Amino acid sequence: MNDIREDIAWAKINKDVLKSLENPRKLFWVILLIAIAAVGVAVGCEVYQYTVGLGVANFSNPHVWGLYIATFIFWIGMSHSGTLLSAILHLMHADWRKPIYRFAEAMTTFSLMTAGLFVAVHLGRVWQIYYALPYPNGRQVWPNFQSPLLWDAMAIFTYLSSSILFLYVGMIPDLAICRDNMNPGWRRKLYTVLALGWEGTDRQWRNFRVTYLTIACFLIPLAVSVHSIVASDFAMSQQPGWHITSFPPYFVAGALYSGCAAIITLFIILRYVFKFEEYMTLPILKKIVRLTFAIAMVWTYLNLIEYAAVWYGHDQASKDVLIQKMVGPYAPFWWTMNICGSVVPFIMFFKRFQTHIPVLFAVSLLLNLGMWLERWMIVAPTFSHGYYPWTWDHDQWPSLVQWGIVFGSFGWFTLLFMVFCKVFPSVSMYEVKEMVYHRSQATKKLEATGKLAASGKGAH
Amino acid sequence: MSVTSLLENYSEFRHFHPVDDVPHNPYKWAMSIDLDACSGCNACSVACYAENNLPVVGREGFAHGQAMHWMRIERYWDEDGREFPDQGAQFLPMMCQQCEAAPCETVCPVGATNHTPDGINSQIYNRCIGSRYCSANCPYKVRYFNWYDYPTTDNVWPAEMNQQLNPDVTVRGKGVMEKCTFCIQRVTVAKNNAKNEGRLIHDGDVQTACQQACPTSAISFGNLVDPESKVYKQWKAQQVELDKDAQIKDKEEGGSELRGYRIFEELRPYPSVMYLERVRESAV
Repeated sequence: MNDIREDIAWAKINKDVLKSLENPRKLFWVILLIAIAAVGVAVGCEVYQYTVGLGVANFSNPHVWGLYIATFIFWIGMSHSGTLLSAILHLMHADWRKPIYRFAEAMTTFSLMTAGLFVAVHLGRVWQIYYALPYPNGRQVWPNFQSPLLWDAMAIFTYLSSSILFLYVGMIPDLAICRDNMNPGWRRKLYTVLALGWEGTDRQWRNFRVTYLTIACFLIPLAVSVHSIVASDFAMSQQPGWHITSFPPYFVAGALYSGCAAIITLFIILRYVFKFEEYMTLPILKKIVRLTFAIAMVWTYLNLIEYAAVWYGHDQASKDVLIQKMVGPYAPFWWTMNICGSVVPFIMFFKRFQTHIPVLFAVSLLLNLGMWLERWMIVAPTFSHGYYPWTWDHDQWPSLVQWGIVFGSFGWFTLLFMVFCKVFPSVSMYEVKEMVYHRSQATKKLEATGKLAASGKGAH
Repeated sequence: MSVTSLLENYSEFRHFHPVDDVPHNPYKWAMSIDLDACSGCNACSVACYAENNLPVVGREGFAHGQAMHWMRIERYWDEDGREFPDQGAQFLPMMCQQCEAAPCETVCPVGATNHTPDGINSQIYNRCIGSRYCSANCPYKVRYFNWYDYPTTDNVWPAEMNQQLNPDVTVRGKGVMEKCTFCIQRVTVAKNNAKNEGRLIHDGDVQTACQQACPTSAISFGNLVDPESKVYKQWKAQQVELDKDAQIKDKEEGGSELRGYRIFEELRPYPSVMYLERVRESAV
């Protein structure tokens, strides 16, 4: 249970992190191979669906939306915790975020990219997707600005571009370190270009700080608004089970929740694969686990609020949808989602499990299973028991094409993420140095005043 | 619609309630369907297939819920304890209700579905990108999606039937949404004829395919603005008004015997189709 050593040399930090770009453990290649295989499956399914038509995904009337929309929400949601860790906690000066925020921010970017793909996969005529953009054209035809789907497209595009910018700007000093320490080759050329001539002068640092802070401040409201707008896709519609006022905060909480769970999963994987044991320490893991537990409770609360509001809301149609979720054909999934989302997190309540890696790995995967099911349980049951009685006896299950693309999206995300971690430093070197420096200064101060011995903290 | 025009004349492009601020003049197409007359024979549905070039998806597609019947006959079994074949059933012909405040129109990201000045909810196939949000938000589920490229699929229109396709109506390709148009091609022809003769369309000049095929004349179609039209008279007699979300019926003079109603009025889509309740044997 050791935290980052305060006397760790700065050169050693550079050396350790740069080593992750060169020789990861063998598991890295195994993961990469599985990811590529999964992407292959998805590409095959998509080519088939694109050529033949969406019918092969087993959509029908009334089941016009399915796993694509559910998984789209899932990936959008996952992106939020990266921003929480990198931007919100940056403003709050939580220094424990420093070794892990880089990969969390990368997670944000790549899960947004994955989500964007689902918009395309879902469309009937993806080759006309540009109709949804407000581009100038000879006929002066505009998209429909009333449509929540259009707000969605704009919100996601803004969020994605800001996230990429934020990830990149935060990486510039580290890219300079890479440039200065790597052997000549294509990578060094890449770092030279990307480092933008960073030399670490006073002026550069000052400008860097201001830029980074500005983008962080810009990103925070975006993170909240994006998932609220995704929630509007449902809350603004008229359908029972979707037309619920509490959806925006509920979606945001769910987003942070699944994102935090994903951070735990990736933390455990990266720590092992790239030999980051000395930087991604167990006390940090413990802090994320506590954060996740808190968010899990917020989500549970909002979830129960939603059920209560529907139950006591005197809208029979909505109530019927809820009852159908509990006892209808979707019941096994609905109950699994509630157990995974609200009961499983209590494992993290126990201190001995807060740093228990195998348990946490399993728990974080279960939480995300629950959150994925949650999105599916929002989308699908409304179609099988909507307003119109004629549609009630049509149950339609997603075909293997849909499952294949959903499965492949996890491969796609993993592929992007793993390649990123191999090419770019996934632990922020300069911020870890800052953290170590501040901590050693604080310790020195305590030693100087003689308080350290009294408080019994002289373990190092 | 340039940006300048959009910004300067915004009030012309927005409306709160189509019925209030864009009065339909001279046409507002509407229907009334007498469920007492409907025998559930499906002739209307067949006529619609023929008139509008609807693809026939076959047994498997139908089982998957991918049938393209713009006009469908819904069957609801009586639950009075009797077993089939003694069990009774009610039939309901269901097609796009051409809502005045249509839930499908506001949600389309590209504006492919719009309201015409005639009060018809139109669908622009060329503009549709297939997000299917309109169908998701339709309370009646009367929008049908082209899950496959039907015109190039075998057996959608068997070889000998190709000559039967209606040249006035386009066939729809893969990935677009479609739905009942109130036979807009027939309305257009009637409009042109009337214009050439320098008059408005008379009641009866235009019939929809389903109306024409109905053996019991359960379906009436016409102009709700024209006081001479049958639809207008029926709506008036039944005390059903287009811009109400709950009809206030005259209770004094046999008001309770009025049979007219519209489906899901309380959701406020202001549908243009009035149904006349079936007179049950028990009530006679």
